[in-house]
Amino acid sequence: MSKSNNNILEVKNLCTSFFTDEGEVKAVDGVDFFIEKGKTVGIVGESGSGKSITSLSILRLIQEPAGKIVNGEIIFKGENLLEKSKKEMRAIRGNNISMIFQEPMTSLNPTMTCGEQIAESIRIHQKLSRKEAKEKAIEMLKLVGIPSPEKRVKQYPFELSGGMRQRVMIAIALACNPELLIADEPTTALDVTIQAQILDLIRKLQKELGTSLMIITHDLGVVAEMCETVAVMYCGKIVEYADVKTILTNPKHPYTIGLLNSVPRHDQHYEGDLPVIKGSVPSPFNLPKGCRFATRCPHARDICHNQLPELKTMDDGNQVRCWIHTDVWEKQEEEVASNS
Amino acid sequence: MGQQQLQPNINISLTEKPVKKSRWLAFMKKLAKNKAAIAGAIVVLTVFILAILAPWIAPYDPTHIEMSKKFQGPSAEHWLGTDDKGRDILSRLLYGSRISLTVGILSTLLGAIVGVVLGIVAGYYGKWIDSLIMRFCDVLLAFPGILLALAIISILGPSTANTIIAIAIFAVPTFARIVRGSTLGVKKLEYVDAIRAMGSRDSRIIFKHILPNITSPIIVQATLYIASAIITASALSFLGLGTQPPTPEWGTMLANGRSYLAQAPHITLFPGLVILLVVVGFNLFGDGLRDALDPKTKK
Repeated sequence: MSKSNNNILEVKNLCTSFFTDEGEVKAVDGVDFFIEKGKTVGIVGESGSGKSITSLSILRLIQEPAGKIVNGEIIFKGENLLEKSKKEMRAIRGNNISMIFQEPMTSLNPTMTCGEQIAESIRIHQKLSRKEAKEKAIEMLKLVGIPSPEKRVKQYPFELSGGMRQRVMIAIALACNPELLIADEPTTALDVTIQAQILDLIRKLQKELGTSLMIITHDLGVVAEMCETVAVMYCGKIVEYADVKTILTNPKHPYTIGLLNSVPRHDQHYEGDLPVIKGSVPSPFNLPKGCRFATRCPHARDICHNQLPELKTMDDGNQVRCWIHTDVWEKQEEEVASNS
Repeated sequence: MGQQQLQPNINISLTEKPVKKSRWLAFMKKLAKNKAAIAGAIVVLTVFILAILAPWIAPYDPTHIEMSKKFQGPSAEHWLGTDDKGRDILSRLLYGSRISLTVGILSTLLGAIVGVVLGIVAGYYGKWIDSLIMRFCDVLLAFPGILLALAIISILGPSTANTIIAIAIFAVPTFARIVRGSTLGVKKLEYVDAIRAMGSRDSRIIFKHILPNITSPIIVQATLYIASAIITASALSFLGLGTQPPTPEWGTMLANGRSYLAQAPHITLFPGLVILLVVVGFNLFGDGLRDALDPKTKK
């Protein structure tokens, strides 16, 4: 993965913490990744891994004072978003960077018609008359594949199905033709058939409009279908960062391997229980000293429990945060062999 | 089987229904089922109509003094009798309703506007702004209502306008509290995050996206508050601190008749009854509104 100036977004050493009565929770702890123009990056991880907080941090939507971006840089088109004023950030949100949320049922205002909500997001950033904005709203609804958009603009969110609402959300997000679209679990709350439609739609629009895409998901199926690059997160840190093919066919980190093994395969017969990653995510107040996955890792040794591995760049350019892929591990292997 | 038979031949037009109307209808249906609320609504509506029509339907000039006819009981000529100065009580009550309703509604409206703004700002921004506003409200609420009104009137001087201001000030914390609570709830909903992610300004989020979603509790509170505002206004007038004589006002009429309770009880009885009726009417209607607007109460 060569770094070039073709990157629309570069996140460098992002650290976002929440300050509670019980202490600091490092929800995102030193995350680095970048998105190339027109490309799709997936952020994968289970609940509490910090993937949603990463996306909210990029838009600077973390609610202060409970949460705060304590360190790092978010470079969007060569400018650090963390140095922008509130006003400058507002001009970027929705206009340059948009976001689709997880719950289509609750992410639309129940007291406004769909058309009003699309028109509003246009009028925040563009100087259009009410009528022009309304026409644009109809156009957007047509673009996201909603039948008879002239009638739908007048409808309230509760009159639409979940899939339709997510389409409206996409229309709102893309209304100002943003360069980057962040989709936070865009299909999690939808039926499987609708999921496929929505993913197809996002991909089609991405191609048409040339938008870069950041997809946050825990669904490896979505990753396989949509992404070019994948960052796997665990407890606020990236544990593996590689192209989608490597992640799916030749994963390096035991956590990624565990995740892939937990997906039931149609060509395999299972006796008894399906494979799982044993144990559960450690409490954010009490993270292990060493590798954060060590408590659940089948290969864990002393060093894993005591020392946090660095994110190491492999020969093929992919990155892994695991002792197994370091010289230290091989040395220990030899020692064990020579001792016996 | 031919292919054509499988083609569904149904014309569904889901979009034709005027849904806004049907929501309104559902609300009205729910309200109509509540008999007490309907009774309250009828009383409130009647008083409104009578107040508006007062100059045309009042049989006499409410301030016309005719000493020869003083202390007359109810008769065909004077339906509700006359007072100690021979003024027609029915006419005075009709004109008085204008004052009572004006004071009740204006003070509630004024207090609600200020209270809603304070409450929504406190709830939305939180932190020290919230503490400041809510502690201020606590201080206001610590006074008994009538005492606070008395204090304000004694500073501003007794008049109808000052009565409105005094009652409005007392209404502010009540509204601020309710609105702050609702704002805290709505603020957490995902669509507020979504609109923030679209780059919306705080003022737009507050007035276009939060306020329309918390109108029900405000409307209910306002309806109920009008009742207590009318009582407070009458009480202030009764004490001589509200609307000044000879302007006909229910509280003033009560105070006026007090000296002749044994001699001519009707002078106090009728204004008292009217106050009771109107206040009960507003309360019943307000309770009914609350039940109809609250999705949790299904009967």
